[in-house]
Amino acid sequence: MSTTAFVSPEAPPPPAGDCLRQLTRKDFQTDQEVRWCPGCGDYAILAQVQKVLAGLGLPRHQFVFVSGIGCSSRFPYYVNTYGFHGIHGRAPAIATGVKCANPALSVWVVTGDGDGLSIGTNHLIHALRRNVDLKILLFNNRIYGLTKGQYSPTSEFGKRTKSSPLGTIEQPIRPIQTALAAQATFVARTLYADPAHLAATLEAAARHRGAAFIEILQNCRIFNDGAFDDVADRARAEEARVLLRHGQPLRFGKGGRYGLVVRDMEPAVVDLETEPARAAEVIVHNARSTSPALAALLAELEPPQFPTALGIFRQVERPTYDDLLLGQIRDAVAKRGRPNLQALLQSGTTWVVE
Amino acid sequence: MDPCCSDHGPELRELRQSTVRFAGDSGDGMQLVGSQFADLASLSGCSIRTIPDFPSEIRAPAGTLAGVSGYQLCFGGEEVMTPGDQPFVLVAMNPAALKVSLPELQPGGLIIVDTDEFTPENLAKARYRANPLEDGSLADYRVVPVPMTRLTEEATQATGLPASARARCKNFFALGMTLWLYDQPMQPLLEWLMRKFRKDPAVMAANGASLRAGYNYANTTELLRVHYRVAPGRLPPGRYRRVTGNEAMALGLIAAAHRAGRPLVYASYPITPASEILHELSARKEFDVRVIQCEDEIAAACAALGASFAGAIGATGTSGPGLSLKTETLGLAVMTELPLVVIDVQRAGPSTGMPTKTEQADLLMALYGRHGEAPLPVLAPATPADCFPIAFEAVRLATRYMTPVLVLSDGFLASSAEAFRIPDVHQLPDLRPAEPLPEPGDFAPYRRDPRTLARPWVPPGTPGLEHRIGGLEKQDVTGLVTYDAENHRRMVELRARKVAGIADDIPPAELNGEARGELLVVGWGSTYGAIAAAVRQARLEGHAVAHLHLRHLHPLPRNVEPLLRAFRKVLVPENNTGHLATLLRSRFLVPVESLPKVEGRPFLIRDIRNAIETHLRS
Repeated sequence: MSTTAFVSPEAPPPPAGDCLRQLTRKDFQTDQEVRWCPGCGDYAILAQVQKVLAGLGLPRHQFVFVSGIGCSSRFPYYVNTYGFHGIHGRAPAIATGVKCANPALSVWVVTGDGDGLSIGTNHLIHALRRNVDLKILLFNNRIYGLTKGQYSPTSEFGKRTKSSPLGTIEQPIRPIQTALAAQATFVARTLYADPAHLAATLEAAARHRGAAFIEILQNCRIFNDGAFDDVADRARAEEARVLLRHGQPLRFGKGGRYGLVVRDMEPAVVDLETEPARAAEVIVHNARSTSPALAALLAELEPPQFPTALGIFRQVERPTYDDLLLGQIRDAVAKRGRPNLQALLQSGTTWVVE
Repeated sequence: MDPCCSDHGPELRELRQSTVRFAGDSGDGMQLVGSQFADLASLSGCSIRTIPDFPSEIRAPAGTLAGVSGYQLCFGGEEVMTPGDQPFVLVAMNPAALKVSLPELQPGGLIIVDTDEFTPENLAKARYRANPLEDGSLADYRVVPVPMTRLTEEATQATGLPASARARCKNFFALGMTLWLYDQPMQPLLEWLMRKFRKDPAVMAANGASLRAGYNYANTTELLRVHYRVAPGRLPPGRYRRVTGNEAMALGLIAAAHRAGRPLVYASYPITPASEILHELSARKEFDVRVIQCEDEIAAACAALGASFAGAIGATGTSGPGLSLKTETLGLAVMTELPLVVIDVQRAGPSTGMPTKTEQADLLMALYGRHGEAPLPVLAPATPADCFPIAFEAVRLATRYMTPVLVLSDGFLASSAEAFRIPDVHQLPDLRPAEPLPEPGDFAPYRRDPRTLARPWVPPGTPGLEHRIGGLEKQDVTGLVTYDAENHRRMVELRARKVAGIADDIPPAELNGEARGELLVVGWGSTYGAIAAAVRQARLEGHAVAHLHLRHLHPLPRNVEPLLRAFRKVLVPENNTGHLATLLRSRFLVPVESLPKVEGRPFLIRDIRNAIETHLRS
């Protein structure tokens, strides 16, 4: 009996039957009844994810969706790929194991502000730091929904909820800055209410090689309705959002009337209609900067003083954890030859008893 | 004193076994010479069993009681099953080593000391008020005072190394003396030195010279007129090596993954005394061992489980505090019915407890320590070498039954070493799945194999079999989420029945002795050696005592219950306050006497021997 061959790190993905035809959003729908509340922002996100997956040129069986616990974490049940609904906060850790076991898979993590930034912050920041090739979607509705309305780590200071009847006394965590501090190679923010921007951001993340983090602002109709009305309202979108485009000046408002400038490391808004001469001062977005400083500054912009920044804050290249891990294995095989288990067991001082 | 050894050269006496302890400062190289002596004893055909005693501080101050590093081994015939209750020979490199080791020394035992280290300063560090070599306090022992540091420096002068470097070779001087004392040849060790230090000839020469000097000193000194030959054992034929429990565990995981034809993903967080498994596996990348050093214990369990979901052999190792953190993931593994191997190298708790000391007090946590009804197989290796087949068995059960498996090793097994009969790799069971993957037409994630009740293992990447799993209750067969009352009852029962059915797929527990009698001593895990040796002695004296040892703790082997009922009394020695005793009583409603030992140390043979005598009398 010969010993079995190892799954080679370079093994090509198995033959893909449904790769031959163009997939559509419908291919990624399951027969499970979607059980989010009527009007939940998750529906819009689910639709765009399914649409984007269909356009990535990968067969369904190459996708894995991993989640933790919370409303958002029901997501895998509704995507017709492989899925793993895990335990609270641990999805990035489970997904890291999936990716290391089979790097050919496209592995997505769906998490929320409680799941990803409270109980699971540790796993989130370490997955980002390691640059495991995962697509991490953090649905931020600034509330605990599934447990019926307690404040979350992203709830605003002073927010009144069932568990904070007199208002919270906690400074909220900033998802984008947390991801930047963890040296994530792709950090973006998008919005449930803008399908086109959502789809474009998801697609950019999917095509990024490495850990991609997207904060998706999402409305909880039941427990925190209107949390992002400022930025979600289409009528006010031009004033309330500044879109981050690499290499483009950060202008917003009707016809790009306003520009963002930085003076003494403080951001400020300039009305270019009244001060056209200051157009040259407007920051040109650089998502590829080696320093995350500009991205961190943009992540701090908040209404009412500032528009909310949407788009890709930072996208840089760094070797992925899974590539490095498998690379070390390939190097070890190249250096020491095909593994010989018998030789391994017999290594060191041995003796024979007749 | 000895009339037989006047002018006729040293006398050679035969021993069936002997225990020797090398003790010195943590920088004195005691682990090295101890393990080399163990290899030499093995080469001469002896059985060995070793136990190291490390200081718990990384760099305790030199010469202090906290800084003593010891290496004890028992060697001899096949009855050698423990590192020995009491050393017969103590090599003490400084006053602190003498003080720490003396209470365990056999009365009349031999003490070889480096007198150069018995300075007022070192005596003070060891809290000696007077020099024990001079105050008569060692009158019950045979003391061999040797100016070892000075003699080593003299013997190594020709190497040209500085005096301080040469003095560091004194551990080989001590080893040389020990070789003479036990009539062991120097040649294998000189060859080993040549291999080990081939890039550093001066160090090789110094150690070799020191070894020879020690040997010759022992041969000529008037202080040693008797030396000993320990009779070899009758080990089964085969090729052997020395392994610790942690080494054998790592090798077992690699071998099992190899025979399963899958990569091994070992996700772990460093913790004493399990970290050596992490180190061993990290050095074996050519075997497609993918080691993830995780951010915490929870992540380690989750990453291993994710890897299992994706078709690899997912394993994680830890100790008690880490197992506490992994319990939620174990529940998820039970619910998702995925293979997962969790190794708990137990240590003295609760909480941080005594991290470097051994205990077996995680048994009830392993069996019951999860929320909800979450049964899973629990295994325990009996000896260091047994960690290899147990790790292999854990992977076999995990993949065949689609279940997490817990392995309970402990700090004693982790660092203790013995001879390991190296298996023929091709004779190891084939762990590749017997059944092909299901066809898309009739695939359901929770449709069970009617014999094993295992669900199919379909990793992502398999075309046409996309499915979702998770921690929510599963509908029987379809695996869809459901809160249906009758379904939950059925799934709880199915998960328990699947694990219970493993009892038909495991060997009966090993019984040494007759199948009925006065006293049955039941053990599990690392107590094997002490119980086996104590029961053997009692049986040689004609007592109707037998030893039943459990390597499978859940489910229990089928022969346990009838044997419990076939003896007048049952005694369960454990390094806890009576976990297995509680289990056996509640499970079988039989009277069971517990023999607890919670001192952070393994049982001595005499602990159990005394208890056997007490229980036979009562």
